[in-house]
Amino acid sequence: MKRFEPAIEWALFSCAALSVATTAGIILVLAVETWEFLRAVPLLDFLFGTEWTPLFATPRFGVLPLVVGTLLVSSIAMLVALPFGLLSAIYLSEYARPGVRRGVKPVLEVLAGVPTVVYGYFALLFVTPLLQRVIPGLAGFNALGPGIVMGIMILPLVSSLSEDAMQGVPRGLREGSYALGATKMQTSLKVVVPAAFSGITAAFILAVSRAIGETMIVAIAAGQQPRLTGNPLVPIETMTAYIVQVSLGDTPQGTLEYRTIFAVGMLLFLGTFVLNLISAWLRERYREEYS
Amino acid sequence: MSTPSRPLGPSMPSLSGIATRDRTPTVPSQPPKIAVDGLNFFYGDVRALQDISVNIHPNLVTAFIGPSGCGKSTFLRTLNRMNDIIPGTRVEGQVLIDGEDIYAPGTDVVQLRRRVGMVFQKSNPFPKSVFENVAYGLRINGMAGTRSEVAGRVEESLKAAALWDEVKDRLQESALAMSGGQQQRLCIARALAVRPDILLMDEPASALDPIATQRIEELIYVLKRDYTIVIVTHNMQQAARVSDFTAFFWLGKLVEHDRTDKIFTAPSEKLTEDYVTGRFG
Amino acid sequence: MISGTARRRAQDLAFQTVALLVLCLALGALAALIIDVWQDGASRLSLDFVRGFPSRRAEQAGIWHALMGSVSVIAVTTVIAVPLGVGAAIYLEEYGTRSRAAKLIEINITNLAAVPSIIYGLLGLGLFVRMLAMGRSVMAGGATLALLALPVVILSTREALRAVPMSLREGSYALGATKWQTIWNQVIPVAMPGILTGLILALSRAIGETAPLITIGAVTFVSFAPDSLWSPFTVLPIQIFNWVSRPQVEFQANAAAGIIILLLLLLTMNALAIWLRDRYQKRGLL
Repeated sequence: MKRFEPAIEWALFSCAALSVATTAGIILVLAVETWEFLRAVPLLDFLFGTEWTPLFATPRFGVLPLVVGTLLVSSIAMLVALPFGLLSAIYLSEYARPGVRRGVKPVLEVLAGVPTVVYGYFALLFVTPLLQRVIPGLAGFNALGPGIVMGIMILPLVSSLSEDAMQGVPRGLREGSYALGATKMQTSLKVVVPAAFSGITAAFILAVSRAIGETMIVAIAAGQQPRLTGNPLVPIETMTAYIVQVSLGDTPQGTLEYRTIFAVGMLLFLGTFVLNLISAWLRERYREEYS
Repeated sequence: MSTPSRPLGPSMPSLSGIATRDRTPTVPSQPPKIAVDGLNFFYGDVRALQDISVNIHPNLVTAFIGPSGCGKSTFLRTLNRMNDIIPGTRVEGQVLIDGEDIYAPGTDVVQLRRRVGMVFQKSNPFPKSVFENVAYGLRINGMAGTRSEVAGRVEESLKAAALWDEVKDRLQESALAMSGGQQQRLCIARALAVRPDILLMDEPASALDPIATQRIEELIYVLKRDYTIVIVTHNMQQAARVSDFTAFFWLGKLVEHDRTDKIFTAPSEKLTEDYVTGRFG
Repeated sequence: MISGTARRRAQDLAFQTVALLVLCLALGALAALIIDVWQDGASRLSLDFVRGFPSRRAEQAGIWHALMGSVSVIAVTTVIAVPLGVGAAIYLEEYGTRSRAAKLIEINITNLAAVPSIIYGLLGLGLFVRMLAMGRSVMAGGATLALLALPVVILSTREALRAVPMSLREGSYALGATKWQTIWNQVIPVAMPGILTGLILALSRAIGETAPLITIGAVTFVSFAPDSLWSPFTVLPIQIFNWVSRPQVEFQANAAAGIIILLLLLLTMNALAIWLRDRYQKRGLL
């Protein structure tokens, strides 16, 4: 029995190494198709062109409308998730009694665990009609409704990561502030939050990455009209929704149209990858500060 | 089982006021069970043990004493290569057990640990039944035979650890439900089950109340008939009560190693004398 | 000075109120979602709905094909992701903690956990559907979701292993046990509840995944339950998506009913995970 131990160790190592293979696989698959795509469409046209109509008779491959659409929805989501998530984290970390924390945190976890297709339904059939009563010019598909709902979905992430960061701040810092006669609000905002700054920033960046990569909410509620605009009241299309749109259609493999989803996917991957790296680096630095 | 609860022989007054007993013979004539030569131990770049050379004699109790952080536990753990599981550690020098260097490449560490048993400061019974705790060592070492053989060995070990009478009707109950002293004796029984030659005990009674401590000490006195015992303790009185030889460590170095009564009555080194009389520590 | 204190105290109270309001808003949103979905869909809930198949007539449509599709895909995902994920976590936590390779793998896994799920869909499309020629099958879907779930399984299993105290391992080694004997006989049994909880949570997330499966081609017009690993399929979230995308109000009710079923399924799985955790915490280590 003991003789098999090296084999067991090797088998376990292969399982771990598979994760490297996954990353390699992602990069490979995206790169191969993107390469083919870029042989037909110049890189600058792709990155900076302002019209995205790959499925039309005269196709245009400028990805900016998709990028702007993504950023528009994500910005709205961040406007909801960041301040509200941070406030919620401050409350839970500095103010709330243990009973309240115990009751609220599972509910936040539930919010985070709802499938995004459900949020998409909510955005399209509840939030948008609600907003339409207040904003008469709001189209059925728009960036505002899904943006808000996405913000609600991401709020628990911001809240729990920021709370972790604030919990990591040593008690001594707070006590020093209280000893000088500061209120809880002043201590939280002027001592704890700045001390936890890199941890909180890491949380924010991760939240942005999550928003950018989100698919179903925007596929259902934001529309399929790539548009270079900052207006949240009209239909737009995000990078992720575009990939869904093509996947649902009949585009044959090996064509240029088909390859567009990989090119867009590559852009999406690189963007979120960079954000994730920055967030991880910030978190490492934060851990070093306080341990 | 009759065990003396007071030391045998006349008590002798000493420098430190700690009563020790007069033991004969002096230095044993058999070859040492463990012979350590020039041992240096490193945690990364930090040298924790410096040039340790000492002989541990068979069928006797040797105590390691010294202030906190002086390396006695680290040194104990080099004797069964338990430090190997800590990443970044390095050993230089020789540790010979029965004449063989246990740090030679190709040494079967698993077999070594079976022969050199260890009892830890905080008792760590497995979250299983009393029976399974003792039987575990047999099973993983391939020493288990039929069910009755295993049961027999378990009973034998529990008796040797002076625990049998208390648990014989509760063998299937969880080990975690026992008192601290019982758990520690269970750990001793568990170690004895695999028939070691040497028993290393790292402050075995430090977490126990005085009565439980006394039972452990009585047990040690009986066990040394069949085993070579090395015990680390920060309690000098315990060292004096229980051991035949004592080694005094300070800041990673071995300062003095001699018969216990000599260490506590007339040590050769001033440092030793200062420690045992309580001038520092 | 005194008025300054009073002002600051008022600010503090205002701040507390605002923060509490925010929390209530978040919880309110969740409540609104549940109530809205229930109102829209409760009327469509019935046994016929669960056991029915899609239809042009909304009132006659059901979710059986999608339910079976979800079950099949998750079964494949479980079979692939559980041994690979737990094995990888055991290696990283027990064997390779210091090597450079292990550190790199760790960073890699943390990164993979944050990659958008649709990218996994593209990976599945290129690798499983095309290169390995699995086609748009249950197998391809399950494998894709397995890759998606793997980082989460690894991270949660590692946490469960890390919670096992070192003294347990030392006690085992001191008796002459090998590394694997120690892991198999001592560490895994103690870590098991944590591992199981993590697995259930990872799989419950996988059940709700839509985008990667759409990308690999789990088409929305499949109207039969999959009859083999290699047959086309659809899953419950995709069927919901399909119905939401239709303009007719009746189909929206179907979507809501589907959502209720999906949420009930997830609630059950999460409750199971929590029950497991509590039960073992009572039994477990002191």
